Amino acid sequence: MLKSLLRRVLPVLLLPLFILPAAAVTIQAVTTKSGLTAWLVEDHTIPLIAMNFAFAGGSASDPAGKEGAAHYLTGMLDEGAADMDSPTFQARRDELGMKLSFDDDQDRFTGSFQTLSRNRDAAFALLKAAVTAPHFAEEPMERVRQQFLTSVRDEGKDPGRLASLQFTAMALPGHPYARNDHGTEATIQAMTTADLRAAHQRLFTRRGMLISVVGDIDAATLGQKLDEAFGSLPDTEPPAPPPEATVASGPALKLIGMDMPQSLILFGGPGLLRKDQDFIPAYVMNQILGGSGLGSRLSTVVREKNGLTYGIDTGLLPLRRAGYFIGSFSTRNEKAGEAMALVRQELARMAQDGPTQQELDQAKTYLTGSYALRFDSNAKIAAQLLAIQQDNLGIDYINRRNSLVEAVTMDQVKEQAKRLLHPDQLLLSVVGRPKGL
Amino acid sequence: MTRFRFLISVAAAALALATPVRALNVEVSDFKLANGMEVVVIPDHRAPVVTHMVWYRVGAADEQSGKSGLAHFFEHLMFKGTPTHPEGEFNRIVQINGGDDNAFTSTDYTAYYQRVAANRLDTMMALEADRMQNLTLTDAVVKPERDVVVEERRQTTENDPGRLLVEQVSAAMYTAHPYGRPIVGWMSEVTRLTGQDALDFYRAHYTPANAILVVAGDVTAEEVKRLAEKNYGPLKNTFIPSERLRTPEPDPIAARRVIMTDSRAATPSFQRSYLAVAAGRDPGLESEALDVLAEILGGGSQGRLYKELVVKQKIASAAGAWYSGEALDYGTFALAVSPANGASLATIESAIDAEIARISRDGPTADELAKARQRILDANVYALDSQFALARMFGAGLTTGSSISDIKGWDERIAKVSSEDVKAAAAATLKPERSVTATLSPKPAP
Repeated sequence: MLKSLLRRVLPVLLLPLFILPAAAVTIQAVTTKSGLTAWLVEDHTIPLIAMNFAFAGGSASDPAGKEGAAHYLTGMLDEGAADMDSPTFQARRDELGMKLSFDDDQDRFTGSFQTLSRNRDAAFALLKAAVTAPHFAEEPMERVRQQFLTSVRDEGKDPGRLASLQFTAMALPGHPYARNDHGTEATIQAMTTADLRAAHQRLFTRRGMLISVVGDIDAATLGQKLDEAFGSLPDTEPPAPPPEATVASGPALKLIGMDMPQSLILFGGPGLLRKDQDFIPAYVMNQILGGSGLGSRLSTVVREKNGLTYGIDTGLLPLRRAGYFIGSFSTRNEKAGEAMALVRQELARMAQDGPTQQELDQAKTYLTGSYALRFDSNAKIAAQLLAIQQDNLGIDYINRRNSLVEAVTMDQVKEQAKRLLHPDQLLLSVVGRPKGL
Repeated sequence: MTRFRFLISVAAAALALATPVRALNVEVSDFKLANGMEVVVIPDHRAPVVTHMVWYRVGAADEQSGKSGLAHFFEHLMFKGTPTHPEGEFNRIVQINGGDDNAFTSTDYTAYYQRVAANRLDTMMALEADRMQNLTLTDAVVKPERDVVVEERRQTTENDPGRLLVEQVSAAMYTAHPYGRPIVGWMSEVTRLTGQDALDFYRAHYTPANAILVVAGDVTAEEVKRLAEKNYGPLKNTFIPSERLRTPEPDPIAARRVIMTDSRAATPSFQRSYLAVAAGRDPGLESEALDVLAEILGGGSQGRLYKELVVKQKIASAAGAWYSGEALDYGTFALAVSPANGASLATIESAIDAEIARISRDGPTADELAKARQRILDANVYALDSQFALARMFGAGLTTGSSISDIKGWDERIAKVSSEDVKAAAAATLKPERSVTATLSPKPAP
């Protein structure tokens, strides 16, 4: 039965995927008159333009005692700017049907901007106001403070947020990456207009700025619009990244007790940086072990065979100066020990023996074939281009990426499994009332 | 309820609500196969990718009493294998073709999809056609999967007081109609579902005439027609689907309250839901008027609730409203508020009541109306950027009583909504006896 099945399925497996995203995505490198650089994918099919941009510093540069400053800033850039107070700015933005939002992580401060083609010029003008001349006036400052206080209080009872903060504190004790980048009630209460002005000055510099644009705009027009929006930003040195750090190894277990029927379990340890030459082999190994979706070893054993969880995944989380390997799942409290034993057993099996040749082939076919799915909309392409720039992978990366995956060998995957998977040295961050851990 | 969680799960924040996207100027082909299976094609040639979906006209509201959670549990079991593709093969074949797949269940529909390179559409259709009629189930696969669904209920509902509150609100809203049951099922019932229940459900609901194929992406209607006739065309109907009759909700006569405290809630919250018309059952413009009303009351920072409660009175940190008409029998109009600066839930409720009275009495201003309509129409243009969103829009519309022309004509109807329409819809819908008012308050841990 199995053999006849394999015969039927194998021909499919051997068919190469002829169409790669390279066929659909042509990136132009645009340099503006004022010297800004951007990657552009020009596509006039639908009347929309999507842009993502990133400044070179993030929440790791929040001064001690001002944790949450960059995050607070994300909420204040559309609250009044240039000659518009907050209601005027927001009414204008919404009349134009434009989307503008800001976000921060430890390493970057990012913006996402989308506009209808017909309102392009007015939308870029409004963007310029938000990034170059925000007000930080008192009324919105206090209103946004209430919003961040509510959300940080909610996060104080949110199992996912609690587990992940606890995990980073275990992994990188004392490092800026281990701070709560959303701040604490105390730092949010104490945040002043001067603090936000300082954060804005620190982060909003042209130097190291990354920009990606996709949609209904040509290179010459884009150059003008980028100079209008960002050209007047200062060309100062962005904040220095935090020191390079090694993620701690366990064994270690920390528990936040909370009355709920399931325990949320994060497990992990040292991973690798994105620039590590073995990143792609490690990524392929992770796909087989616990990549997203179903069918991974962990999902098969913990979910499909034993019904112990709704979902289990692992991933490589490369920050700029430290990399984790991390996995997560939820299981009913009384089964926490049993489920974790299965996880350890699978990590050990992968570290010892590596995957089978069939698993490796299948993972490579999946990863190369599904890469195109990341490029089927303007907004998704813009996000991908920005990520490739942030990781410094080169403008030809989309064309090279699948051959990098194809080239991964069994020996490389086994080596990465040995390097990364240490079932007896895991950091465990748990929320709930687990039994048997 | 989906088959598996995404790696980065986005919590369904009660306040961060998107305007439902529907409609627009897209080129859509639709036709039927000889066996009655409906087909919808939405070409988008920007990337060599397709979204292949099969929607069934069956959801949680079609379960028999006592079997809550069965539609969703069955959705999980659809991945368990057929004689041609035994357990694990479905997933494996999708993966070696570079595809992503998942499935989801609502009160009124169950949908299965793959996103994949366009030249793999044939293979995906063969897999879906196979499991429409040839599923086999054994206790060895049914029992662990039932445990998975129970874990899903714990993870998505019981671990989260906000989601428990939503479940309680639905149960209070519907006194007779099955929308009062949670899609994932009550724990007391979902733990008792059997393989036989699942097979009975399969035989009663899964047949080509009860299914809709939606393909969006780098395809032509001719190509989809050829492949659909090849893969789905040979399937014979095992029954003829009948009208989906559920117990109607009696005319509401009593305002209801759900008062919940939970030590896991960090901050208090207020919400109110009203029984509203379903888009597919609305012969006029009432559901479009409710879309506009939701935008006027709760459309982000331009909404009256935000301007009044958050900016002016400073009693809330967030305030929003939304209308969901994408259901076969009834829609919901809802409001939600997060108190701030120590304001009591009673203060919030008075402020909400005042805004509801004002809009029901006076309707919107001409300027508010024009801007709200424009914001809705502009937001809808962004749906053009996502083949998945477009495919979903048509699948959900067709399984909840709308037609292709209803879905495509939504823009035009929104543009026609008048102040009088909004006022009338508010007066008809926002009545106390149609409402469930719910509060969630923190409770100190024992």
